[in-house]
Amino acid sequence: MNRLQPFEWIVALRFLREGRLQTVFIVSGIAIGVGVIVFMSALLSGLQSNFVRRVLTAQPHIQLLPPKEVARALGPGPGLARDAIEDALVQQPLQRLKSIDQWQAIVAQIGTMAGVRVVSPQADGSALAVRGDASRSVSVSGVEPALYFRIVDLPSKVVAGAATLGSTDVVIGTELASDLGVEVGDKLRLSSASGVVQVLTVTGLVDLGNKGANQRAAYMALHTAQGLLGLTGGVSSIGVTVDDVYAAERVAQRITAATGIEADSWIATNAQFFSAVSAQTTANTTIRFFVALSVAFGIASVLVVSVVQKSREIGILRAMGISRGQILRVFLLQGGLLGLAGSLVGSALAMVALVLWQRYALNADGTPMFVLTMEPTLFALALALATLTGLGAAFAPALRAARLDPVVAIRG
Amino acid sequence: MAEAVVELQGVVKRFNVGQPNETEVLHGIDLVLARGEFCAVMGPSGSGKSTLLNIVGLLDRPTGGRLRIAGRDTHDLDDGALTRLRGHEIGFVFQYHHLISAFTACENVMMPLLGAGEFPDAAMRRRAEELLGRVGLSAWRDKLPGHLSGGQQQRVAVARALAMGPALLLADEPTGNLDTQSAATVFDLLREVNREQGMAVLFVTHNADLAARCDRTVQVVDGRLQGGAAAHAVA
Repeated sequence: MNRLQPFEWIVALRFLREGRLQTVFIVSGIAIGVGVIVFMSALLSGLQSNFVRRVLTAQPHIQLLPPKEVARALGPGPGLARDAIEDALVQQPLQRLKSIDQWQAIVAQIGTMAGVRVVSPQADGSALAVRGDASRSVSVSGVEPALYFRIVDLPSKVVAGAATLGSTDVVIGTELASDLGVEVGDKLRLSSASGVVQVLTVTGLVDLGNKGANQRAAYMALHTAQGLLGLTGGVSSIGVTVDDVYAAERVAQRITAATGIEADSWIATNAQFFSAVSAQTTANTTIRFFVALSVAFGIASVLVVSVVQKSREIGILRAMGISRGQILRVFLLQGGLLGLAGSLVGSALAMVALVLWQRYALNADGTPMFVLTMEPTLFALALALATLTGLGAAFAPALRAARLDPVVAIRG
Repeated sequence: MAEAVVELQGVVKRFNVGQPNETEVLHGIDLVLARGEFCAVMGPSGSGKSTLLNIVGLLDRPTGGRLRIAGRDTHDLDDGALTRLRGHEIGFVFQYHHLISAFTACENVMMPLLGAGEFPDAAMRRRAEELLGRVGLSAWRDKLPGHLSGGQQQRVAVARALAMGPALLLADEPTGNLDTQSAATVFDLLREVNREQGMAVLFVTHNADLAARCDRTVQVVDGRLQGGAAAHAVA
C-alpha cells in the first residue's frame, strides 16, 4: 500500500490488479481504439498541413485581379421612357490583358493593412518561347524578385543556375528547358501576342514539383514582362501573403472592401480541397465517436461484471463503515484508470504506427509521402478524452455498486 | 447498571410494506445490551435472528420502534450518519468470514481504518499487526485470504472487526462453518477480547454449548424474544 494513497485509490488499484486478465483485455481494447483515433487524426492533420504547405509555397495567399470587362446594353435612346429597355443582344466581351488601375496606390494601401505580410505586384500573361524550329507556349510571370521570393521561394526550387532576374534574364521550368533544349546561359526568344519579341538569357532552371508547371513556367523581371506583354507601367495581378494563412479569406474580404478590387484567397480558390477535408474530418469524427462509444461500452461491461463479482465484498465494505460515496469513487476511479492506461498504451501504439508510416510510406523518389507531426496536444487530448470516457462509462456500474443494499450483498 | 450499548424498544420489521405480500418478521423486540456483556442469540432458522442482527448493525432500518446504539438514537440519522456510526461503534464477524480477497490478512485488518479516512502509515500497520498477533496470526499477516484456512480467515475477520475499537461486536454464526476445534478457538478469542476490551457482543449461534458459555442467551422464535431475556438489567 502506498502511504500517499487514500482508501479509494488503494481499493480501485487492487481490484484492477486482482482481475488481471479482465484488466489486460479491456486495456488492450481501449488501446486499440485510442491508437486508431490518434493515428487517423495525425494522418489527417499531416495530410492537411502538407497540402497547405505545398499550395502556399507555390502561390500567394491572396491574389488581386483587375475587374473583368462586362458588356451591358445602352440606356434608352431619345424618345423612350426612362425605364424602357432596348431589345439588345449582349455578347460576352473578350477579356484582354489589362492593368490594375492605380496599382501602386493599392499596393501601398494593402501594405499598411493589419495581418498583411508581403504585397507583390506581378505582370502575368502568355507568350511563345521559340528556339530554332521548336516553340512552346509559356506562362510569363513578371515579378519583383525581392518581394516575390518572399511569397514563393523560387531560389529553393532552382536545380541549375540561379534565380537571378535582371532585365534580360529568364528563369524557366525544367521541362520547358528540356523541350526546347536549352541550358543555363542559353538565349531564348520570347514573343507575345501583341508582336513584341524579346531575347532573354536563361539564368536558372526550376523544378516546381509539377510537370505541367515545369513545362510552362517563365519568370522574369517585372519591367521585362511589362514590355513583353504590352503592359507598360502596369501589373495584371497583385499577390499578397498574410500572417495567418487560415485568416486569408477574411483579409481578402477586407482588401476588396477597402480597394474595390476583387481579391481571391487561397481558401476560396481551393474550395474543393476544403470540401474534401471537411468530409474527411466528418468521417474521422464519426469514427472517433463510435470508437469512443465502443470503448465506453467495453469499460462499462467490465465494471458491471466486476460489481457483480465484488458485490459481497462491497457489502462487507459497507458493513465496515465505508460510505456509498467511497464505493462510488472506487468504481469511477477504476473506469478512469482503465481509460488512462488504455490511452497511454494506445498513444504509444499510434506513435509506433506513425513512425512506421513515415519510414515505409514513401514517394517514388524515396522521400516520405508527407511529413507527419506528432502533436503533443493530440496525445494530451486523447489521454484526457479516454480518461473522461472511462469515468463516464463507469458511472452506471459505480452507481449500482454504491446503491447495493449491504444486507442483500452480504447474503449474496 | 453498566452503560447500555444497544437499546431496542418495540422494534418491528416488516418487508414489502403496503404490498399484498407484506410480512412482519420482528414483532416488537425489546432488548438492552450493556457494555461488556456477551449475549448469545439462538433460535430456529427463519425466526428473525439475522434480521435482528442487521437492524442492530444498522445495515437495515426498523419499520417501527426505537433503536439506540452507543447512546445515540438512530431514528433520524441519514444513511451517511448511520454509516459513520456503524464504522466507529460496530464490528462484524460473519459466518463466511468475507475477507476482501485482493488484500492480505494485514491489509484486511487495516481496511476499516483506511475507510475512516486514514492513510496507510506505519502506525496503522502496527495496529493491524498487533491485532493479528492477538488472534495468533502474526506469521500469516502477508498471506492472501485464499492461502488461509477457514479458521484462520475467521480469526482475521475477528481482528478486522476489532480494528476500530468498537463498542459492539456482532457475530452472525461465526463458528457455524468451522470444525469443532476452530469453532472453540474463535469463540474463546471473542470471549477474551470481550473481557479484555469490554465491548458488548451479540453472538448468533445454533450451538447450545457455546451459548451456555455466554453471559446470557436470548431466544428468537417467530420474530419474538422469548425466555424472559428481552429486557435484561445488567448488574
